Amino acid sequence: MTLATIEAEQGLRAALALDPAGVVATIRESGMKGRGGAGFPTGLKWQLAAEAVAPDGVRYVVCNADEGEPGTFKDRVLLAELPDLVFEGMTIGGYAIGSHEGICYLRGEYVYLLADLEACLERRRAAGLLGPDVAGSGFAFDITIHLGSGAYVCGEETALIESLEGRRGEPRNRPPFPVVSGFRGAPTVVNNVETFAWAAAILARGADWFAHIGTDRSTGPKLLSVSGDVQRPGVYEFPLGVSIAEVIEAAGGHDAKAAIVGGAAGTCVPARDFGRAISYEDVSTGGAVIVVGPWRDLLEVAENLQWFFANESCGQCTPCRVGNVKLLEGIRALRRGELTVQQLEDMVSLGQTMRIASKCGLGQAAPNVLLSIIENYRSEVLGHIPVGAR
Amino acid sequence: MTTTLRLGTPGMPGGPAVTSTSVTVTVDGHEVEVPVGSTILEAAEKAGRRIPTLCHHPDLPDVGVCRICVVEVTGQRALQASCAYPITTPIEIQTYSRRVRQARQTIVDLMLAEHCGSCQTCGRNGNCELQDLAAEYGSDHFRFGQRTEPTRLFDTFGPSIRRDMNKCVHCLRCIRTCAELQGVGALGVIGRGDSTTMSPYLTLPISDVVCINCGQCINRCPTGALQEVDNTDDVWRAIEDPTKHVVIQTAPAPRAAMGEEFGLPPGTPVTWQLNSALRELGFDKVFDTNFSADLTIIEEGTELLVRLYENLVLGDHGRPVPQFTSCSPGWIKYLEHKYPEFAPNLSSCKSPQQMFGALIKTWYAQKNGLDPADVVSVSLMPCTAKKFEAHRPEMTDSGFPDVDVSLTTRELGRMIRELGIRLPDLPESDFDDPFGTASGSGVIFGATGGVMEAALRTVVELVTGGKVEDLFDHADITPVRGFEETRYAEITLPDTLGPVPPLLAHLVPDWDWLRGVTLKLAVVHGTANAQKVMEDIKAGGRFSECHFIEFMACPGGCLGGGGQPIPTSKEIRSARAKAIYGEDARYGETGRVRKSHENPAVLRVYEEFLTDGPCGHTSHHLLHTTYTPRGAFIATPSMTVPATTNATTNAPTNGGAR
Ligand SMILES: Cc1cc2nc3c(=O)[nH]c(=O)nc-3n(C[C@H](O)[C@H](O)[C@H](O)COP(=O)(O)O)c2cc1C
Ligand code: SF4
Ligand code: SF4
Ligand code: SF4
Ligand code: FES
Repeated sequence: MTLATIEAEQGLRAALALDPAGVVATIRESGMKGRGGAGFPTGLKWQLAAEAVAPDGVRYVVCNADEGEPGTFKDRVLLAELPDLVFEGMTIGGYAIGSHEGICYLRGEYVYLLADLEACLERRRAAGLLGPDVAGSGFAFDITIHLGSGAYVCGEETALIESLEGRRGEPRNRPPFPVVSGFRGAPTVVNNVETFAWAAAILARGADWFAHIGTDRSTGPKLLSVSGDVQRPGVYEFPLGVSIAEVIEAAGGHDAKAAIVGGAAGTCVPARDFGRAISYEDVSTGGAVIVVGPWRDLLEVAENLQWFFANESCGQCTPCRVGNVKLLEGIRALRRGELTVQQLEDMVSLGQTMRIASKCGLGQAAPNVLLSIIENYRSEVLGHIPVGAR
Repeated sequence: MTTTLRLGTPGMPGGPAVTSTSVTVTVDGHEVEVPVGSTILEAAEKAGRRIPTLCHHPDLPDVGVCRICVVEVTGQRALQASCAYPITTPIEIQTYSRRVRQARQTIVDLMLAEHCGSCQTCGRNGNCELQDLAAEYGSDHFRFGQRTEPTRLFDTFGPSIRRDMNKCVHCLRCIRTCAELQGVGALGVIGRGDSTTMSPYLTLPISDVVCINCGQCINRCPTGALQEVDNTDDVWRAIEDPTKHVVIQTAPAPRAAMGEEFGLPPGTPVTWQLNSALRELGFDKVFDTNFSADLTIIEEGTELLVRLYENLVLGDHGRPVPQFTSCSPGWIKYLEHKYPEFAPNLSSCKSPQQMFGALIKTWYAQKNGLDPADVVSVSLMPCTAKKFEAHRPEMTDSGFPDVDVSLTTRELGRMIRELGIRLPDLPESDFDDPFGTASGSGVIFGATGGVMEAALRTVVELVTGGKVEDLFDHADITPVRGFEETRYAEITLPDTLGPVPPLLAHLVPDWDWLRGVTLKLAVVHGTANAQKVMEDIKAGGRFSECHFIEFMACPGGCLGGGGQPIPTSKEIRSARAKAIYGEDARYGETGRVRKSHENPAVLRVYEEFLTDGPCGHTSHHLLHTTYTPRGAFIATPSMTVPATTNATTNAPTNGGAR
């Protein structure tokens, strides 16, 4: 794994040797897009936060370690194996945007990592890598860890901020975006664990090194959590642009019927499309590749995922709160052979509306897997509908 | 604490700076200029486009959750909630593209799928925002099914509020109302996904939490999920019982709003037609609550003067200043929960509703040879908290409940409609004696600042011996009028004051101590504002130096009460205020009295019944009350009032049961 080979604190030293704008420029030049799923260019995000009006000069750097997407576990591995690199990346981010306070929002279920992470922060403080004078540069920065409490939606950046502020984790309306008005109304950068780790690597090895890996619009290597019907589930590193087939091959998935790329919120890619690339311009993912073996019923998979969303919806907006339940009921009716073609059409129309009218990414992504199954396996799906109801 | 939502446009402090600059928005091809920071909804309105809304309410900060108001913003993949999208750069929007129409229809169909309850049997039938949306945007059948079995909480505890969560559409208006507008925070969201629901603290019944029964949440609920506890059957039963003598008092605020229940524009007073309707309904007597408002002014004004004398001259700090008004039962319960240490500041006067009730069960019954056990005292109030007040165990000093049934404007509207008469077409008729005469001061009790103005008209004249008109044109004390959140006013008394009038001679020796004194006064409406003022007083701020403060739980005062017709908005409340001040002015133009202490009927009560004068022994027994500290988060169990049972049984109650 490339990240394991990055020399400790090399990126931080390189960053502190530049001015903050220079750090932002380096990240921009690397072309890196966020590793958490949405794929927003990281350099631009940092630039917006650096330029945003900060009433009291306060800005925040938040590391999104809520990793709740089913089938995703790469952040856990990073936090367990390379916590220094992640905190180094956060420190670099703080320097770049003019923030002195970093917060790591740790998934509640990862509480067993907490002691090690706190110890790591303590070591960094003792080594002068955190605190009032980071590495003798005069730049002050420290990091605290906030433990989440088990809601998937709290991984959504504005819900995460609400939760940090002590309220129910419910997504906010945007605009304003967190880079303008985030934690406590201050400009806030929220990035994925992996994004911070790569940021440190980019500063250590240079923007060019990163930009030359991957494709034009999807630069750099990416960690993928491969799971499901494979012989060797685990975290793999590939350059972006890798084909789905290659990933499945590496993990030992034979005769796979389909792959759910992007986790529950992702899309179902049928075997005939395994030549497609994992990249922001083709099949995008925050890191999850769930392989579906030939013997599985895709509708059963869809039912499980829809059940997950119906339960994890924060419940504030209509399309997601009610829509997920209706899709779930629809899938169940379909599996029982009690759905009509008209009802199936209504489900598709409902899914389309959820995608564009839900308040946050959860509701917007929740129908994806089902819609892609209906699209890609149309005749199989129609086969569940009794003849008289077609 | 109950979890409350983060409200409004998140993080406004760091949001778009408020400048005077404007921005161009293209709405369906038409360009309009709006101030930077305006929402898409506002821009569309300016362009003459109506966008459907549900969770949006003009009195509340927006949260953008129902999603019915979504529109296309050119260049953005997802649709945007127009109510919650502040415009900072020029944008182009489409309000009715195919995607928008499909989304609206789907969202309405989803709301219908989630909603359980049938329109035909609902108190909001014909005045429901979900019905309207279904009519305008829904499809022609229940595309996503329909719930037929209630699965959610139906909370009927308590005498004021009824919550049927099966009808809830999750707009969060009630929660925002309670937390933001009222600063109470009795409600919060619990659960996730399908089981998300609005709930009082710790999922307790609404009667066991800090809810002050103000009913503001009812006024802003788009559906029938929140309603008042309906007591119309109790009244019908009493009217139909030949052994009962049923009287009703009507307060000024419902009279300024009842027209709305019959399709009249807000602000059309129907006071005199209403009297005829009530006689048609079968009430034996129709009385004017303004009479007891005048009585309240005499009692409360006297209490104020005595309190100031005892505190400022005799140094009795057991009578703390400022004196707080006590006619708003929502405010009273709020103070009992959150600021019980300030109970001594509250005027001990009962509210006009209760004073009237006490006189009906005593003086009126005696005068007319009626057994008080056979007299049913009904009130028409703008207020759901009045139901709670009527049930307070301390409101039974005569041995009988002062008020047996308190009806809201909406309930009486239903009764009149049931009768099949069109209220606006009825002839006008007057109130009944012996309480027939009221002053204009009683009328303005219905608006924020009204109690203060009425009290000042009386206090100033009692003290100066002169005319209030010498200080204020037409006795209109305009500094205390208006809708600002809090109003602060100072009135400096002249150096020469009059003798103490005979009515008060037994209480204060002279007015020397008030010569040239500047009275500091404040008027507060809406409980969130009351909270601000109370915190200021606790911190020793400028409100702590006031002599007298009027507090009303509801925005706009009683005219914005929780029992008033739905919908409500600032415009509607101002229109009702105009009706109220208009009625007061009409008293002047028609030569009727406008000051409480000139009301001959009130003076007669003191001659015939309350013979030991204002704040005397009889008055103290019947017209004054005491207050009870309640828990700051949960109502102390012993203080929860049981649900309405049979209000017309009218058995003597145990007066001291607390
Ligand atoms: C329902 C939902 C859950 C999410 N969960 C996570 C998560 O666990 N970790 C994460 O990094 N991003 C998550 N995101 C994406 C974040 O909102 C945000 O885009 C991301 O943290 C930005 O970081 P990046 O730019 O480095 O990818 C989630 C988004 C949604 C809508
Ligand atoms: S889309 Fe779902 S999770 Fe997101 S705000 Fe709406 S209800 Fe909450
Ligand atoms: S009646 Fe008033 S206090 Fe009670 S829940 Fe409604 S808004 Fe809150
Ligand atoms: S009870 Fe009424 S106001 Fe409250 S969320 Fe439900 S529908 Fe909205
Ligand atoms: S009215 Fe805008 S989201 Fe509800």
